[in-house]
Amino acid sequence: MAMLLKISHNITAFFTEIGELSYFAIHFFKEATKRPFEFKELLRQCYNMGNKSLLLVGVTGFILGLVFTLQSRPTLMEFGAESWMPSMVSIAIVREIGPVIIALICAGKISSGIGAELGSMRVTEQIDAMEVSGTNPFKYLVVTRIMAATLMLPLLIIFGDLIALVGSALIENLKGDVSFLLYFNKVINALKFSDIMPATGKSFFFGFAIGLVGSFKGYHCKKGTVGVGEASNSAVVYASMLLFIIDFIAVFVSDIFF
Amino acid sequence: MKTPNNIAPVLKIKDLKKSFGDHHVLHGFSMELYEGENVVIMGKSGSGKSVMIKCLVGLMQADSGFIEIEGKNLAELNEQELNILRTEIGFLFQGSALYDSMTVRENLEFPLRKRNIKAAEINKMVMETLESVGLTSAIDLMPEELSGGMKRRVALARALILKPKIIIYDEPTTGLDPITAKEIIELMKEIQLKYRTSSLIITHDIDCARVISNRMILLIDGINYIEGTFSDLLHAEDKKIRAFFK
Repeated sequence: MAMLLKISHNITAFFTEIGELSYFAIHFFKEATKRPFEFKELLRQCYNMGNKSLLLVGVTGFILGLVFTLQSRPTLMEFGAESWMPSMVSIAIVREIGPVIIALICAGKISSGIGAELGSMRVTEQIDAMEVSGTNPFKYLVVTRIMAATLMLPLLIIFGDLIALVGSALIENLKGDVSFLLYFNKVINALKFSDIMPATGKSFFFGFAIGLVGSFKGYHCKKGTVGVGEASNSAVVYASMLLFIIDFIAVFVSDIFF
Repeated sequence: MKTPNNIAPVLKIKDLKKSFGDHHVLHGFSMELYEGENVVIMGKSGSGKSVMIKCLVGLMQADSGFIEIEGKNLAELNEQELNILRTEIGFLFQGSALYDSMTVRENLEFPLRKRNIKAAEINKMVMETLESVGLTSAIDLMPEELSGGMKRRVALARALILKPKIIIYDEPTTGLDPITAKEIIELMKEIQLKYRTSSLIITHDIDCARVISNRMILLIDGINYIEGTFSDLLHAEDKKIRAFFK
């Protein structure tokens, strides 16, 4: 009986949180379309999220390209199809692996960062201080962060994809004697509009989810400093889960249209 | 609405009630604050002092009761009107609540954003306010580089920048050493004289209450148990009141 009660309590808590997150998203759209706009803070957040994630995304993308090519090479060689390597790697990275892996990395960095920052602002009453001074803290802190994440993630994903292809080209050059020019020529020939568009489209949703979940968890942080840790941690977990759900929907929808 | 002396209060609270589930914090708290007056509210931890001041500035919704600031009923204001009214109130938070990603200058400039004030005028206001708390040299420092007392001074400067008519102090001397606490109390007195503000001070510090209060309210079990001057309360016979001053 106690077990059943606990399960029912957890299910209720889960759906309550989904409801609150949806309300938070609606609040975002309402505030994002109302004047005055916080352009300066938006630019600062874009710089923080974009610039400070470049190294992490670059290193991840580069290793992703290296490993993917190294692992795929023996199998393709078995079938005498190593000339297909640039096409296969580029399609796989641009369509699926690049966006998902880089979004997961960004969920770890950006979402937890937002959760921890807003959480600590909440427990140290900085958000209350903004409200008391007649400023709308939701607009200043939340709207700018969600918008910055939505705008920056596609750019980070494109950057990460390019670096992954450079990594892959490097392996092909070292192991297969394929020149960089030939490699990228094959990549450009292999990639179609229907490969690039759905991937770019879904990356905006990935960015929105990362910003939304991080902000939601941080803005509603409770229980003092312990709560800040919890907000940061659960922001990563929820954002990662949400990324897979969005990815599934995006693949399903793009399968219909492309 | 007028007092016997024919002066309208700048702040009036009547029968304020607030509960969290089954836990009743405020049971019908009432008070008035007049222009230029310093009212100190004392009470044990958990007696509802912080909840009361959060209701005052709209950070929390009271279950019932009436709050009137500058003749405006808080419950009847929309968000925009409430934000305008908030500029009439300065709030000094217990932990200072400085924005830790901003310098001292940016902390002070923050409430002035979006108010169509020219940059030169903003700079002048910031310098003047920092001067009144004696911290012009710290203008480009980050909050992490300030001591506890300096943080409290900057927070006070930020509360003053919009030249509010009422200042609410939430435990202004908590966490400070006795010398710094004394300096902050002196500063509060100076500011009250310079800016002619009305102050509502929440404190546990008997020295602070003695020096600064014109009137004191003892908050016990969610109601204003007794009201009077520091001397009245100090010499009261009631056991609950005496326990405070021991």
